[in-house]
Amino acid sequence: MTPDLPTAKAGSTHLLEVRNLATRFATAGGYVQAVDGVSFHIDEGEILGLVGESGCGKSVTSLSVMRLIPNPPGEITDGQVLFEGTDLRQISEQEMRRVRGGSIGMIFQEPMTSLNPVLTIGRQITEAFEIHLDLKGRAARDRAVEILNRVGLPDPSKKFDDYPHQLSGGQRQRAMIAMAISCNPRLLIADEATTALDVTIQAQILELLQSLCDEFKMALLIITHNLGVVARYAQRVAVMYAGKIIESGTADEIYADPQHPYTTGLLNSVPRLDASARDRLESIEGEIPDLANLPAGCAFEPRCRWAVDRCGIESPVQIPVRSSQGRLAEGTVHQVACWESENIAVGTALEKQPS
Amino acid sequence: MTTRLVGQDSSDRGRISVDSETNTTLAVNDLKVHFPISSGFLIRRQTGAVKAVDGVSFDVARGETLGLVGESGSGKTTTGRAILQLQRPTSGSVQFRGVELTAVSAKQMRPFRSEMQIIFQDPYGSLNPRMSAGQIVGEPLTVHGLAGDKNQRRDRVAELLERVGMNPAMIGRYPHEFSGGQRQRIGIARALAGEPSFIVCDEPVSALDVSIQAQILNLLTDLQAEFNISYLFIAHDLSVVRHISDRVAVMYLGKIMELASSEDLYENPTHPYTRALMSAVPIPDPILERRRERIVLAGDIPSPINPPSGCVFRTRCPIATEECAEVVPELIDRGNRHQVACIKV
Repeated sequence: MTPDLPTAKAGSTHLLEVRNLATRFATAGGYVQAVDGVSFHIDEGEILGLVGESGCGKSVTSLSVMRLIPNPPGEITDGQVLFEGTDLRQISEQEMRRVRGGSIGMIFQEPMTSLNPVLTIGRQITEAFEIHLDLKGRAARDRAVEILNRVGLPDPSKKFDDYPHQLSGGQRQRAMIAMAISCNPRLLIADEATTALDVTIQAQILELLQSLCDEFKMALLIITHNLGVVARYAQRVAVMYAGKIIESGTADEIYADPQHPYTTGLLNSVPRLDASARDRLESIEGEIPDLANLPAGCAFEPRCRWAVDRCGIESPVQIPVRSSQGRLAEGTVHQVACWESENIAVGTALEKQPS
Repeated sequence: MTTRLVGQDSSDRGRISVDSETNTTLAVNDLKVHFPISSGFLIRRQTGAVKAVDGVSFDVARGETLGLVGESGSGKTTTGRAILQLQRPTSGSVQFRGVELTAVSAKQMRPFRSEMQIIFQDPYGSLNPRMSAGQIVGEPLTVHGLAGDKNQRRDRVAELLERVGMNPAMIGRYPHEFSGGQRQRIGIARALAGEPSFIVCDEPVSALDVSIQAQILNLLTDLQAEFNISYLFIAHDLSVVRHISDRVAVMYLGKIMELASSEDLYENPTHPYTRALMSAVPIPDPILERRRERIVLAGDIPSPINPPSGCVFRTRCPIATEECAEVVPELIDRGNRHQVACIKV
């Protein structure tokens, strides 16, 4: 893995590098800053997990990368989205259309919203071939059937002529994945793509995506609230809360040594399959904040048991995580945005008394 | 346990005496719910049936939680509804504290409606948007005559809201003013209002965010300890079910594949379906995940209109043989109350 070094030139050494992305929405109650200065990168063949609860901005982040934010009311106000060195924010809409479904594929949670109900499954895949690969007729059909077979759709040559309503939920999801991967994307964004599926079907699909990453060096951005899925598949993880990335690092670092109180809380609040029953879950008190009405300083401060005065005033910046000896481990990618993280790590932080 | 046939002797007085001695709150035996499929123009006739629940047996002790897991279409929700007689079973028996509910009329069912409650999955769809939190929680008190006058009713509602972790000052607010977690708390308070001894929890946390999910699970655990309530906890999330359940039943296509104590089932899964299901659930620990065995099942759940012959799981089973198409495996106790329905293991 390449260390997270800032690159001086406008380009980027990463397949996708998002720098300081900011997206807001105009609402009746003023602007809502859904994504607030998000930076991350993803390399060839790599799987990055972007985790967070509802409303944390993970979907808006991916839609911003694809330039699919409806404007109005949405608006990308700042940042760069460097894909293979090109800033996707600067190219024309026509050029962007070649990127979408071409070198960047995307799959969503609800397959029915992404499939056209009046076109056959096959037509929807071959349409992409005509646009991106200039492939038509018999050749396009053969290739589409091959891809449908690849995603594990039973009887693919028959399914090619089926309409979306003739497929089951899991089959539709697989048809959508077939569409997304049909043009050999360099990057696939999976936004809660397996959340609505049963676990056995979820496992089938994620195993398939992982094999595509191994085989074709495709990069995969998994956006999910499921910490288990990320642990199983992702090499690196970024945790979002209220529009910001509050912690990022390798999966091993995040899960074995979480630094942010929110990450720790999240990990402690999920029931685990391998944990003995009836241990009390450590829940995070309070509710997810309203993005239109964020507290000053750290957004997690009202729910945080380690919060100090500074947390309510000044928004924390991402800093590299130091080892217990206070040294920076070589090539570390573990970063956290918390004023008290070092005190918490060495045990000198003071716990807030419950009010 | 004494079984009492009811309906005949209690006649028009309606009230049925329950057996309060027994430790078994609920006993379900060979429960079947089949939905008819009819076809034909002008002359409609039944041409088939969706076998949503097809011969399910289990019991739930007082203060116990039985988890019911399975994928979509496995019949777990229909089982819950059939127990509450919200869906009349096609055949089989449901005994609640010794009373055979399938033989009870809708009118005679009334007193049981307060004792047997349900919490729904969707905290948005299960609350009437035109009623305030106070009215929602207060309605069962009025219906079942559990509150005296207006003041007593209001005090009881405030007490219930407080018990589920809500501020009683929110009594006049409407559902749209609450978050998903708060709405689920209101749904729980409404269920508690009837002073139930048994609650069907139908996917009560699956629509909630993880940090909120933990709050609700802890609340359900606390309430059970305090009021000695039995839960039938229906969920597709195996980790959640393991956490909350004393015993767990695994369903597939309307049948129970395996039933054991929570600990036993997770430490020693025996049925090939249970094993595949467990291996498909990722554990939030990347180092552990690298060592875990992954069994990926091929294909989808078959249609319950035309389920496979013999063992319903055989079409996706990694160890199925020809024999599995012939024999319907029975749920057999393998010792330690660990029941498995498989002829191969």
